Amino acid sequence: MKNKDLYNYILGIADNSLILGQRMGELCGHGPSLETDIACTNISLDLFGQVRSYFQYAAKIAGDGRTEDDIAMLRKEREYKNVLLVEQPNTNFAYTLGRQFLFDVYHLAFLKELQKSTDLTLSAIANKCVKEVSYHERFSSDWIKRLGDGTDESKEKMQEAINDLWAYTDELFHQTDADKAMVSQGIGVDIKKLKDAYYTAVSQVLEQATLQVPESKYFQKGGKQGIHTEHLGYLLSDLQYMQRTYPNMEW
Amino acid sequence: MSPRAQWKGLNNMISTEQNINEKLLPILEQVSDPEIPVLSIMDMGVVRSAIFFNGLVKVEITPTYSGCPAMDVIGDDIKKALNDAGYESEIDLILHPAWTTDWITPRGRKALENYGIAAPLDAEADKDVLLNGKRIVKCTNCGSQNTRLVSQFGSTACKAQFQCDDCQEPFDYFKCLK
Repeated sequence: MKNKDLYNYILGIADNSLILGQRMGELCGHGPSLETDIACTNISLDLFGQVRSYFQYAAKIAGDGRTEDDIAMLRKEREYKNVLLVEQPNTNFAYTLGRQFLFDVYHLAFLKELQKSTDLTLSAIANKCVKEVSYHERFSSDWIKRLGDGTDESKEKMQEAINDLWAYTDELFHQTDADKAMVSQGIGVDIKKLKDAYYTAVSQVLEQATLQVPESKYFQKGGKQGIHTEHLGYLLSDLQYMQRTYPNMEW
Repeated sequence: MSPRAQWKGLNNMISTEQNINEKLLPILEQVSDPEIPVLSIMDMGVVRSAIFFNGLVKVEITPTYSGCPAMDVIGDDIKKALNDAGYESEIDLILHPAWTTDWITPRGRKALENYGIAAPLDAEADKDVLLNGKRIVKCTNCGSQNTRLVSQFGSTACKAQFQCDDCQEPFDYFKCLK
């Protein structure tokens, strides 16, 4: 493949949306209330829509006949490049919203920068996604405050989720080889530069939510290299079930 | 997995100014949004260009939201409408410039209201409504502004759920997207 770095770079972005979209989609019919159920699945739909644009572009770059669906459905676990954060399970609603919030703040800042990419397609996709993700970020921030500054029980659960998920935040800012190559060409976003603003923004919301900002400096990594937590395999078996069971099936 | 080959992606998902051939306009106005049947896709502002090129009609459409499942159907419906009028066509999906609620025509806004969907407010008012609980969205049933947000997300990605505290009617509000 001629443009391997760009291809891998796109997958690195898109896999986050794909896996988080699948996680949010799991709540379809299982949300804690009708409104939150619909909200979570709407977010899922936005993310899947974004993934389609990215994978269509990646398929075009690959230029070997593979389709957006092949890329989404037919890779093995080690070939997915999403960060560990987004694959964490829906342990309870606090985890679901905590994961969403910790990702949304990053996602929004990332897309704002990607809009400036010299790659016109990526910048067009970012331009479209940024509007949707700003809605997600409002929604999840709002819930962090509501649960954090809510009852004793909701506060305890929200704090526990943030404490647990905190270990997966640092990886958001780890540069891969594809990242470095794309940054040097003006195509990619220099994510290292987003880190300080990220923790400031996250801390601000946590403080408004009367939650403690975790101080732990112990962080997990590996997702970007395909080394995932035990949760991803199960998620993929759900996601890929139809294509694996009935290869090449069409709706 | 589905007949999605229709997006050729030859334009890098980018378009310039809206450019609709006048001959094609009446045909395209017959095609409606599958989720809001009273609204034509022209009034929705999702058609960015429709031109004759090398014996084909080339149409570019843009999604309201990236995940909008209506786009595939709209693409098929346009193809069919043009085919019925005797034209072969090629449909492509555009992402830039990104769709905004400003592209809904005045006639489109009216159609939305008549259908029971409150039309989008301007960006500032929209923020007040969705974030600060301000009561200014007009109930599509009784016209009262004594309405409240039930959920920021509604039956489709582009809408939020509201309820009128006067007539109690629940209704959708089309969120401002800029």
